[in-house]
Amino acid sequence: MRIGTLKTDYAADEALFDTRLQKLLILLACAAAVLFPFVASPYWLFLACLCAINVASATGLNILTGYTGLVSLGQAAFMSVGAYTVAVLEIHAGTPFLLNLLVGGLLTALVGIGVGIPSLRVKGLYLAIATIAASVVLHFVFAHWPLTGGMQGLSMPPARLFGLALDQPFQLYWLILPVTALMVLGAANLFRTRVGRAFIAIRDRDISAEVLGIPLLRYKLMSFAVSSFYAGLAGGLWAYFFRVVTPESFPLVNSIFYLAAIIVGGMGTILGGILGAVFMTMVPELLKFVAGLVTPFYPDALALLAPVRTIVFGALIVGFLIFEPHGLAEIWRRIRRFFHLWPFRT
Amino acid sequence: MRGLPVTLAARDVILGVEGVSLAFGGVRALTDVSFSVRRGSITAVIGPNGAGKTSLFNTISGFYRPRSGNVVFDGRSLAGTAPPERARLGLARTFQNIALFRGMTVLDNIKLGRHAHMRTGLLDALVYRGRARREELELRAEIEERIIDFLEIQHIRNAPVATLPYGLRKRVELARALAMRPRLLMLDEPVAGMNREETEDMARFILDVKEEWDVTILMVEHDMGMVMDISDHVVVLNFGQVIAEGSPAAVQVDPAVVAAYLGAGDLGRRLSGPEAA
Repeated sequence: MRIGTLKTDYAADEALFDTRLQKLLILLACAAAVLFPFVASPYWLFLACLCAINVASATGLNILTGYTGLVSLGQAAFMSVGAYTVAVLEIHAGTPFLLNLLVGGLLTALVGIGVGIPSLRVKGLYLAIATIAASVVLHFVFAHWPLTGGMQGLSMPPARLFGLALDQPFQLYWLILPVTALMVLGAANLFRTRVGRAFIAIRDRDISAEVLGIPLLRYKLMSFAVSSFYAGLAGGLWAYFFRVVTPESFPLVNSIFYLAAIIVGGMGTILGGILGAVFMTMVPELLKFVAGLVTPFYPDALALLAPVRTIVFGALIVGFLIFEPHGLAEIWRRIRRFFHLWPFRT
Repeated sequence: MRGLPVTLAARDVILGVEGVSLAFGGVRALTDVSFSVRRGSITAVIGPNGAGKTSLFNTISGFYRPRSGNVVFDGRSLAGTAPPERARLGLARTFQNIALFRGMTVLDNIKLGRHAHMRTGLLDALVYRGRARREELELRAEIEERIIDFLEIQHIRNAPVATLPYGLRKRVELARALAMRPRLLMLDEPVAGMNREETEDMARFILDVKEEWDVTILMVEHDMGMVMDISDHVVVLNFGQVIAEGSPAAVQVDPAVVAAYLGAGDLGRRLSGPEAA
């Protein structure tokens, strides 16, 4: 229940987390994230890292597709650019991992700008096809360029911090989670300013955006740049996590996975990118768990897992499109609204 | 500058439309349209449906490139200036069929109006420190204290635009245009589809904007009662040509104007004043 907002200045009203309960929940979430590695098994840490990487990438795609309205099916290909850059730098230059990640992100942003150039003229499905074309080109380059190791790909050494190798999920957790948290925070900040508002304006009505003084091409390319910077960073984290990068590491299906994640989570909300990515990453695990429960009664359950997984994914996407087009974030908002009025109105 | 009954000193003119012609394929939307908007005035463009009023607005905004002729804003030719740049120069407009951003709240819509005058770059935005934060908070304070209070929309500031009734949306669009720090405000049918009371409210806001904000107003409007009540100068378009201009009183009795409207039934009578109808 919320009695009043009690804000006395505009800064309080513009804050990212504006109620005491929200701040408390965030604090609790941070504390939980810090304690988690000390209590969880390596398997759960592995999943947590995977979730975080997917959150980073989905948030990037959300900036481009959810907020700016430019449909992209190239997110996985952009991740591969970041992953390969990090791998090549780690193998040949041995530079510090944070620098490698940053270079990977920036290089991917440049590639993203290149891919985004047609976006001034083509929209919707046509732009999606253009990004698929770019994915195919990138795949071809990575599969044939000697520097990227052809079809065998690259195996890279682990990230090192003061001589300590970050090669276990426990250590990588401390790299991946903070980077992802900063990226999500950056995205949330972006949409409190003129830049983020310009993105939304382009999504909602690009003609009147122009009349308000928003140069369309510039902001569309900026959106592509930010989105692919995020993809590049996520790809770099992915590379440090798995330490093998091949052309098949980032298939087109993964791009669809990220698009599905933001649809399921809620397009155009920061929370949506987070919830969607975590949800989509955890669904296979949930299915595995259910299969494990069923095995005593039905021994073939595990063999059925792969096809069932695909069917469940498809059903989830269709189900969300029909029943909850605003995604998990909207469900969360409904829960919040309920408790704002509770117990006076139920 | 052909067709100007009153000669104006150049510094009094904020907008000059000089011999503008516009054609879509074989259709001539505007033919040699010339008129001037005096600084600090309310100038209305009227004319029957299809006379080319919105085409004229779109040409001034920079969406259409005229086949010949030129638009001069504050002594500067706008030829080759893209719409976003025109916004930065102080040219603001609203649209006939309301062009608000449906997915955003009223406050965010109004904030968007200031876009061209803000400096926050991408990197500032990602960290929301320093300039980004300062600029956003200044903007918020100014919008709250000058625009939202002025237009009496405090109660809907956090509402999503999609949920608002028509009359309020028009007012939010005006608010957004005011956030653009306009020097010339172009209103495309500001009271279309409004009832008497809403129309009077809007007319009062338009007059107040002119007085308190020191903004020149150019509007397209079909509501003759309002046009005759609040405009200083009226330009009449028909079939893409200026057929008359002058004070509201002079235009009402202009034979060419009466003839243009007579073809449209009782509009001729409506033109001679709301009482006569």
